[in-house]
Amino acid sequence: MHKINVLVLYGYGLNCDIETAYAFTLAGANAHRVHINTLINGEADLFDFQIAAFVGGFGWGDDHGAGVVEAVRLKTRIGGKLIRFIEQGGLAIGICNGFQVLINMGLLPGFDGDYTDRSVALTFNDCGNFRDEWVRLATSPDTPCVFTKGMTEQFDLPIRHGEGKFYAEKPVINRLIENKQVVLQYAQPNGTPAEGKFPYNPNGSLADIAGVCDSTGRVFGLMPHPEAYLFRSNHPEWTRTRERYARRKESPPETADGFRFFQNAVDYLK
Amino acid sequence: MPQRIEITLKPELFDAEGEGIRRKAARYFGIEIEHIRTIQIMTIDAGLSENQVETVRKNIFTNPVTHISSLDPLPVPFDYTIWIGYRPGVRDNPGAVAVEAIEDFLGVRFGKGESVYTSRRYCITGTKLSLRDIEILANQLLANDIIQQTRIFSRDEWNPEVGVGWIIPKVILDHTPGVTTLPIESDDRLLEVSRERNLALDPNDIPVIRAYFSNPDVRAERSKAGLSDPTDVEIEYISQGRSDHCNHNTFHGKFYYRESPDSAVDIVDDLFETCIEQPTLEIKAKKPWVVSVLWDNAGVGRFDDDHYYVITGETHNSPSNMEAYGGAITGIVGVYRDPLGTGLGAKLIMGGYGYCVGPIDYDGDLRPRLHPRRLLDGVVEGVRDGGNKSGVPTTFGQVWFDPGYLGKCLVFVTAVGLMPKTVNGEPSELKTISDGDLVIMCGGRVGKDGIHGVTASSEIFSENTPAGHVQIGDPYTQKKMHDFLLEARDEGLIRFITDNGGGGLSSSVGETARFSNGCDIDLEKVPLKYDGLDQWEIWISESQERMTVAVRPDHLDRFMALSQKHAVESTVIGKYRNTGKLHIRYKNETCAYVDMDLLKSGFPQWEFEAEWIPPDRRGLFEPVLKPPKDFERLLLNMLSRPNIASKEWIVRQYDHEVQGTSVIKPLVGANRDVNSDASVIRPALESSKGLAYAQALIPNYSLIDTFHMTACTVDEAVRRLIAVGVKLENIGGIDNFCWPSIKYSPDENPDGKYKAAQLVRSCRALKDICLAYETPLLSGKDSMYVDGRLQGLYGETHKVSALPTLQFSAVGTVDDVEKCMTMDAKTPGDLVYVLGMTRNEAGASEYYDLMGYTGLNVPRVYPVEFMEIYHKLGAAAEKGLTASIHGVYRGGLGVHLALTAMAGELGMNLDLSKIPCRDVDRDDIILFSESPGRFIVTVNPDFVNDFENAFSGIPTGCIGTVTKSDTFAINGINGRELMKLSIKDLKSAWKKTFNELV
Repeated sequence: MHKINVLVLYGYGLNCDIETAYAFTLAGANAHRVHINTLINGEADLFDFQIAAFVGGFGWGDDHGAGVVEAVRLKTRIGGKLIRFIEQGGLAIGICNGFQVLINMGLLPGFDGDYTDRSVALTFNDCGNFRDEWVRLATSPDTPCVFTKGMTEQFDLPIRHGEGKFYAEKPVINRLIENKQVVLQYAQPNGTPAEGKFPYNPNGSLADIAGVCDSTGRVFGLMPHPEAYLFRSNHPEWTRTRERYARRKESPPETADGFRFFQNAVDYLK
Repeated sequence: MPQRIEITLKPELFDAEGEGIRRKAARYFGIEIEHIRTIQIMTIDAGLSENQVETVRKNIFTNPVTHISSLDPLPVPFDYTIWIGYRPGVRDNPGAVAVEAIEDFLGVRFGKGESVYTSRRYCITGTKLSLRDIEILANQLLANDIIQQTRIFSRDEWNPEVGVGWIIPKVILDHTPGVTTLPIESDDRLLEVSRERNLALDPNDIPVIRAYFSNPDVRAERSKAGLSDPTDVEIEYISQGRSDHCNHNTFHGKFYYRESPDSAVDIVDDLFETCIEQPTLEIKAKKPWVVSVLWDNAGVGRFDDDHYYVITGETHNSPSNMEAYGGAITGIVGVYRDPLGTGLGAKLIMGGYGYCVGPIDYDGDLRPRLHPRRLLDGVVEGVRDGGNKSGVPTTFGQVWFDPGYLGKCLVFVTAVGLMPKTVNGEPSELKTISDGDLVIMCGGRVGKDGIHGVTASSEIFSENTPAGHVQIGDPYTQKKMHDFLLEARDEGLIRFITDNGGGGLSSSVGETARFSNGCDIDLEKVPLKYDGLDQWEIWISESQERMTVAVRPDHLDRFMALSQKHAVESTVIGKYRNTGKLHIRYKNETCAYVDMDLLKSGFPQWEFEAEWIPPDRRGLFEPVLKPPKDFERLLLNMLSRPNIASKEWIVRQYDHEVQGTSVIKPLVGANRDVNSDASVIRPALESSKGLAYAQALIPNYSLIDTFHMTACTVDEAVRRLIAVGVKLENIGGIDNFCWPSIKYSPDENPDGKYKAAQLVRSCRALKDICLAYETPLLSGKDSMYVDGRLQGLYGETHKVSALPTLQFSAVGTVDDVEKCMTMDAKTPGDLVYVLGMTRNEAGASEYYDLMGYTGLNVPRVYPVEFMEIYHKLGAAAEKGLTASIHGVYRGGLGVHLALTAMAGELGMNLDLSKIPCRDVDRDDIILFSESPGRFIVTVNPDFVNDFENAFSGIPTGCIGTVTKSDTFAINGINGRELMKLSIKDLKSAWKKTFNELV
């Protein structure tokens, strides 16, 4: 059986490329870190890959809106190719800065297969600052998103951003919800919706939206960082969990929820 | 004709930046803003057509969902609008990125002198606002006149068509570059030159410099090269190389130390050699994991069979004191170049920070350049942007408030890297240069920035300190360079690498050329930001984000191809040679020609008189203080004190998990809001080995004795690592000294001899404790002259010296991250133990400070006693006998027992009579003495026997239990209830001090 090839973009200030590539490797794929310029100048061929990962970081320093300059460059140079890649069944994931890029290129939300329209935005956190903290997320079972398949329960991931407030006009938000394109929502510790309450909803995102997919479910963007939760010891309470299990003379489960996104993507293509 | 794009959020969107300003205006100045909107302005000075500008406005700079924008001033309503833009020559990162984006999108190239300048306009409304209020906001909150310029318009003054007008902060140097020959006919003449040029040459160095240039042999050689008297390039080079900052003259000095005014003189010849170098070499010989120390940009330790870790710490005090954001971002980005320039280059994996500033609510009569709260805001944000945009997790840090830092703040920054043990089969920690290797400068371009930064930090801050040394770091450019250089390293293209920091090329090239014994440099090849720089300025400019790399000529093409792939500028600026000469040319004319060993030969050692006055002879004594009655209020107030209280608002702004390596985070516990003892990362994802890191800083003990300040600081940093599960034998240290001037001067520094003695005692303690703990000093730095001159109420100036301060950082490997411990109480029913002896040591404690005393009984380290505890605790934790471990630090048991309970969101019932004590019979001293060497451990009752057996013969007390309730209850030594507080109240006291900050 052939291995899945994953393109992990890096360069120009992006910075989560190594751990994202590692996540896909753990999931059994061949992950390749490819510099943005190598992709643009054709030395690397997008169509050699089945998954494209747009990683976190600060592309071009995020100086004119997070993900803006990277999106302009990719769209201008290889925008058509990227759309064809998706239309031909490729998977794309955008994490944090990568989510901002997908949105600014128009690849998300991709209503009815239109991958050019910029109808949503990720803007400055309401708290006015960059914020690093773990949040509780809830996902709904009926989204078409292939990355979250089987993940019906709630789980925790870290967010680390200054511009993660999901914003769009009301009808667009409604349409996302109706289309089941809202994949992840910020929640309170008991799993109920955050309803905008800080810090559960850490940035003021409308409808608590933390991640969305296109209508096919193959293009997915999220602000939290699943690639930063590949080991159980990444979780902020892992020593407490360990102790809880120890009292029962048991070991805590090996799995980490962040890893499942990558496993799902690779499994989907197998 | 320039063009302008104004961009703002659509009116229905919340302006978070504006809201932040509104809150600060109210909190800092009581100024009530009703409404504020932020407008970003891009002024394009590049001869683009209106069509082109309209195209980029629409396609790049305007988000159709959130923005409105226009080529004309936006009609946002205001009572006042404040415009703030950079001064000429100040690094404008968004402007540089805008140029890149516009060029890329339009397929054009900006010509020489063409650029984009970003600025901001704040539209403010408020019925109560006066022009004076607006000026306060402009000058004391929004802009710093060192780097920024401001315009204020009232509604009436505003012309909606003209807007702010055309302010183009373009650098125009109406100057033809040239080399000047400097006269050296007498010492006085050279001293005068030093003063005129702000060189800060030491008077004792002047005869040596003159002797060199007067030497007939030297003159004969120079005349062949076309030179006679020294050039400005040469004298500036010598001044940089001889500065205390680069050469560490103070630490290499000879100290005439007296234990008291009437004791005999004890000569300490070279503090660095005797107290740092010798012990480290001695320890290195016993520890195979110490790989490379004392010569490179950072120290190197073994991480695992395939990797080394690389660590160093720096300070960036003087620049941060003048421009907090710029100084701090330059500091963190700058220290990140040290691991990158260590061995053949290390990837950055972690950063740390330590800030010392004046009281945040200072309202006294002295006028620091920046108010401490503003300074702290700027410093916090600078490290935030520098660290986050570098993609490096910032996992540990601390803040210390003390009025001594009003004169000059301290900004400590630490960098940790990881490199493979071998590169292309060669050891990664070694490097050298051969005759014929190319000198390549990578990264940023050279401008006037930072000129004389090194000499400025070797001086006391005054109003005449040149502002030119303030810079703004550019993590984006550096991150590109970082990725590029690591790829070049892995391909075996790098022979030698070092960073351009203090002293710029003069220092990086000057020092690396020692490995080949000479170099020929062609200064005209150095890429400049703008024309008009003199040769000496190119040579010593400290423009940031640059590395100097030695590359073999046959590797040049591949190196440049990689550089281009990463969009990094690299330039061959000369050749390393084996001529014994530093030879600098400009368009083929020699402008410097000196012997490579000039800086190392013949300069006199600095000398200091050092006179210790023992604390009792300085009039210190234990206060006459009867025990308090209201312990509840006392503990709550202790928790609220700025040096104890929660600083979560800083931690949360720093990405501490990028790279996916986080194991022990800076905040832990059931609600992830209490500080961990240390941070742990797993820097090689494929390995379950970890790297733990912690810092300590307890400058207040210097009020009594710097010897014990130092010993306690080292002990705390080490103990923090023990608490998370590091073994003592695997710990290395980094010493960062920040000291006031120790040069005695009857008028300017009358207590200079005492301060010099404080330094000697501190270094001796460092040596003693490091030898006792066998902790090698992997790296370290000193920053002297932590003094400032501040204006007072009547126009007089006061010299304010900081407390002698040592930040000690400790680093250590752990074999299995899954064995690491956190400090939070885990389970109701667990027993609470205190390990280690509590002594009558409240001198210079937080408790005495609260009461307004210094005291005399400063905490002391007893290494033999402590080490036994550290070894046994490590073994007990490894066996799984401990549920939580927390060291006892500032604030003593009272504060740290509370933190353990708060972190677990669990109550405790505690009995002070069970705490192992020596010579203490008072509840307040037991609770608030800061004796080092102690831990709080919670233990599963099933393991009590094993745990107690493990600690037999050691001062150990089972002092109570963890409870399910919300109550933190303590009984005093006489059995009476001292306090019964809810966890909620404790937490709210601990958090309220900085509660409004997010």
